[in-house]
Amino acid sequence: MAYAAGVDVGSTQTKAVIIDEDLSIVGRALIDTGSNVTLAAEHSYELALAEADINEENEGVGFIVGTGYGRYKVTFGDAQTTEISCHARGAVQMFPGTRTVLDMGGQDTKAIKVSGNKVSGNGEVLDFTMNDKCAAGTGRFLGAAATALDIPLDDLGPIALRSDKPVKISTTCTVFAESEILSWLGKGKKTEDILLGVHQSVGSRALLLLRRVGIEQEVTFTGGVARNAGMVKVISDLLGFPVNYSEESHFMGALGAALFAMDRIRSRQEPASLSGGRAS
Amino acid sequence: MTYFAGIDVGSTYTKAVILSEEGDLVGRSLQRTGFKLAEAAQGTLDDAIKAAALEPSDIAYVTTTGYGRFQVGTRQLNVTDLTAAAWGTRFLYPGTRTVLDVGGQTMKVSRIDEQGQVKSFRLNDKCAAGTGAFLEKTAGYMGFGLEEIGPLASTSHEEVPISGVCAVFAEAEVINHLSQGVAPADIMQGAIASLVTRSVQLMKRVKMEPEFTLIGGILRFETMAALLVDKLGGDAHVPEGDQVQYVLALGAALLGRHRHRAVAAEKALA
Repeated sequence: MAYAAGVDVGSTQTKAVIIDEDLSIVGRALIDTGSNVTLAAEHSYELALAEADINEENEGVGFIVGTGYGRYKVTFGDAQTTEISCHARGAVQMFPGTRTVLDMGGQDTKAIKVSGNKVSGNGEVLDFTMNDKCAAGTGRFLGAAATALDIPLDDLGPIALRSDKPVKISTTCTVFAESEILSWLGKGKKTEDILLGVHQSVGSRALLLLRRVGIEQEVTFTGGVARNAGMVKVISDLLGFPVNYSEESHFMGALGAALFAMDRIRSRQEPASLSGGRAS
Repeated sequence: MTYFAGIDVGSTYTKAVILSEEGDLVGRSLQRTGFKLAEAAQGTLDDAIKAAALEPSDIAYVTTTGYGRFQVGTRQLNVTDLTAAAWGTRFLYPGTRTVLDVGGQTMKVSRIDEQGQVKSFRLNDKCAAGTGAFLEKTAGYMGFGLEEIGPLASTSHEEVPISGVCAVFAEAEVINHLSQGVAPADIMQGAIASLVTRSVQLMKRVKMEPEFTLIGGILRFETMAALLVDKLGGDAHVPEGDQVQYVLALGAALLGRHRHRAVAAEKALA
């Protein structure tokens, strides 16, 4: 059995995924990137290997693709691919009807338009746009809210979902939003109402990005923020239809990278079998 | 004797001044605005009256300005930041035609005519990267407080480039520089240089004309003022020392005096 691996080194977290020839995920790992990017890449890969229970020596991982902003720090990788291609590929693999991908990460948000997999195969990127110059509309905005309210990041979504009277966050800038959040608290607003307002603010920025590439169903939500149930609901409400998401949404980039790695393994095998065919 | 109070309720600091009928500044005071704007305003007013050795009953007119100007119950008049800036700067430098005001959470530029009317203005209050908050955040990432920015930057030998597109993303840039052994002073000065660039960009958008007057709390950082004056061709007014923080409060007090005189003249006619 041949295996392929993808390592997605993000600004906040590093993800590794190992797939088998049936393209099923057999190992995965998620760790904080921290300051030593190379080490994070190695460590996440080792953890994924351990979960997959693969012996590296015989029939081990045949190809490794690095992706994410730190993809060139995956020193043990065989190739690198942009996270845009990887998220598109992973999303179409998991949800074959995907035409639009929203990838919301710790420091940037991307809207990607992809071709359907029946037309040209595997979620080819047709267009994309990203928010990488301003923290509004990215995971960092949620992070700032978590800090201001002193609530763990993972609790933000569930708390926001309890609200039915969201506060309107009027400031765009993440820095100014921190003080706005505190002033709403000072005015006696409930944490859940403030948090739903925060999610709506991030969601409306994401919607602007999606509109720029053109929204076509189905929309698949990927990246670390897709684990946030509050954000899934807000994005779905804003779009007027449900988005695809999964428990593994944050592994989508790494999965896409692993799929590209498997392509390379297969293309290595195919010429050999073809020439064998001619000889006989 | 009649006195006039001007209170500038800014996003970061609230400033109050007491102006005499003759146009002398006899008292002033400043405190952090916090979230209780009315209390901050009353606190600075009381302190400024005390500093002037006066009684509250000596104050004929209270004029407010700044983003929290509507929150002050004791006001007789409120004026916009731009009007207060025009009056304050023209009182200090009558030839002023372009005013740059860099505060904690805003950057404002206005072009004024010979009569002191605001002809054109541009604001940045949407993005922290173009305001004092950018410097405060940058300092914060390195463990320094707001009041340490000036002294820290003044020890810089060579600024490092800081992109200045986003005050949040600057954190990664700052950490990157620190990990490569760059001195915090040089990073701080880099952030100041980035803010200076944004200031000049905003000034160009109102088609700036000399004379230039630079005000606001961020101009109290000497390297910021020096770099800006340099970028403007070496000729710009900057009120001395911490006076730069009080120009809007002064403008408000001057408008109060003007209104008071007009009302008195009206009464005399009647």
